[in-house]
Amino acid sequence: MAKTLTFALMDPPYEDARSTTALRLIDLALRRGHSVNVFAYEGAVYLPFAKQVPHPNAVHGRDVEQEDHPNPKNWIAALLALARQNGSKLDWVQCGLCVDERGAAESIEGPRRGSPADLFKFVEESDNTLVIPTR
Amino acid sequence: MKYLIIESRDPFDSGDVPQLYALAKSLRADGNEVTLFLVQNGVLAARPSKHSDALSAVAKTGVQVLADEFSLRERGIAANRLAGGVSASPLDVVVDQLAEGRKALWH
Amino acid sequence: MAKKILSIIESAYRATLEEQDDTIVWLTHALKGAGASVDVLLRGNAVNYAVKGQDASGLAFGDKRQTQPPRIDEDVAKLNSKSVRVYVVEEDVADRGIEGRQLIAGLSAVPRAGLSKLFAEYDQVWHW
Repeated sequence: MAKTLTFALMDPPYEDARSTTALRLIDLALRRGHSVNVFAYEGAVYLPFAKQVPHPNAVHGRDVEQEDHPNPKNWIAALLALARQNGSKLDWVQCGLCVDERGAAESIEGPRRGSPADLFKFVEESDNTLVIPTR
Repeated sequence: MKYLIIESRDPFDSGDVPQLYALAKSLRADGNEVTLFLVQNGVLAARPSKHSDALSAVAKTGVQVLADEFSLRERGIAANRLAGGVSASPLDVVVDQLAEGRKALWH
Repeated sequence: MAKKILSIIESAYRATLEEQDDTIVWLTHALKGAGASVDVLLRGNAVNYAVKGQDASGLAFGDKRQTQPPRIDEDVAKLNSKSVRVYVVEEDVADRGIEGRQLIAGLSAVPRAGLSKLFAEYDQVWHW
């Protein structure tokens, strides 16, 4: 039976394995047909930052295309598309004050600005919540 | 009650990991169903080593101790040569146990 | 009735100077204001948040002075006035050489052996 799961994230991209594991969990949940809410808090508001750009890798001798360097914004866009394809839902809320203090307002399409009131609403309306903290 | 404890840290790096192992044992001792799911560097304790006995001791109390298959492979830890009581598992188990409604906490 | 949440805070003094808050203590205040039923358990280094008299004032970079340093002990004490129960793990306090008289008022001490029973009182247990 499809459930609604809420994830609260804190880590920015490229700093800790937690951000990738979080996206793995969201991907798995969506593939199982669950709906997912994400409350991106603190550095996690940079995960869907629109200005992420891939780069080459001279150490490995790879140009931009060959390196195919991941930008988490594209992973998130793919997760949003997966939710649409499955007929489930991925509702990604960015903590507004966290966005402001980090200058992270330019996000890909899909995530929306919110506040702790949204986290409370998510928690109340979902079947379970997992907080993935930072260190 | 049912619990899911996700351990992303390892005892080589974090002095707090033994406290989480103890918490898992304590929850189990009180009659709860408990899964301790190791992920990321948390799986480093699953390789037979200086700290793996503590993990095996957790499993001996009836806590289900699982290690994320991807994290194991990422670190070159053979899934068929883990510390006693630890089993490799896909990450799907975490999603399933969340969907089941387990109280879930990430360390 | 709102779900009962036990919010465990372990991570301490992470970016508290830039944020002028502990962001999880802050979030707890905000969630409570939104209607959440939430209590806090301080464990690990976060038990130090309950020590009276923390003073982070005086930070300056060039001629830019910080005018609102974090006052985390006060923020934790204010949780009590909002009916947020604040627990501290006894052994974590003792391990850090903190004496009872050094702590803010209104805390509920819980031994490590009592955590399982405490968790049973809540619908969700979050760990920060």
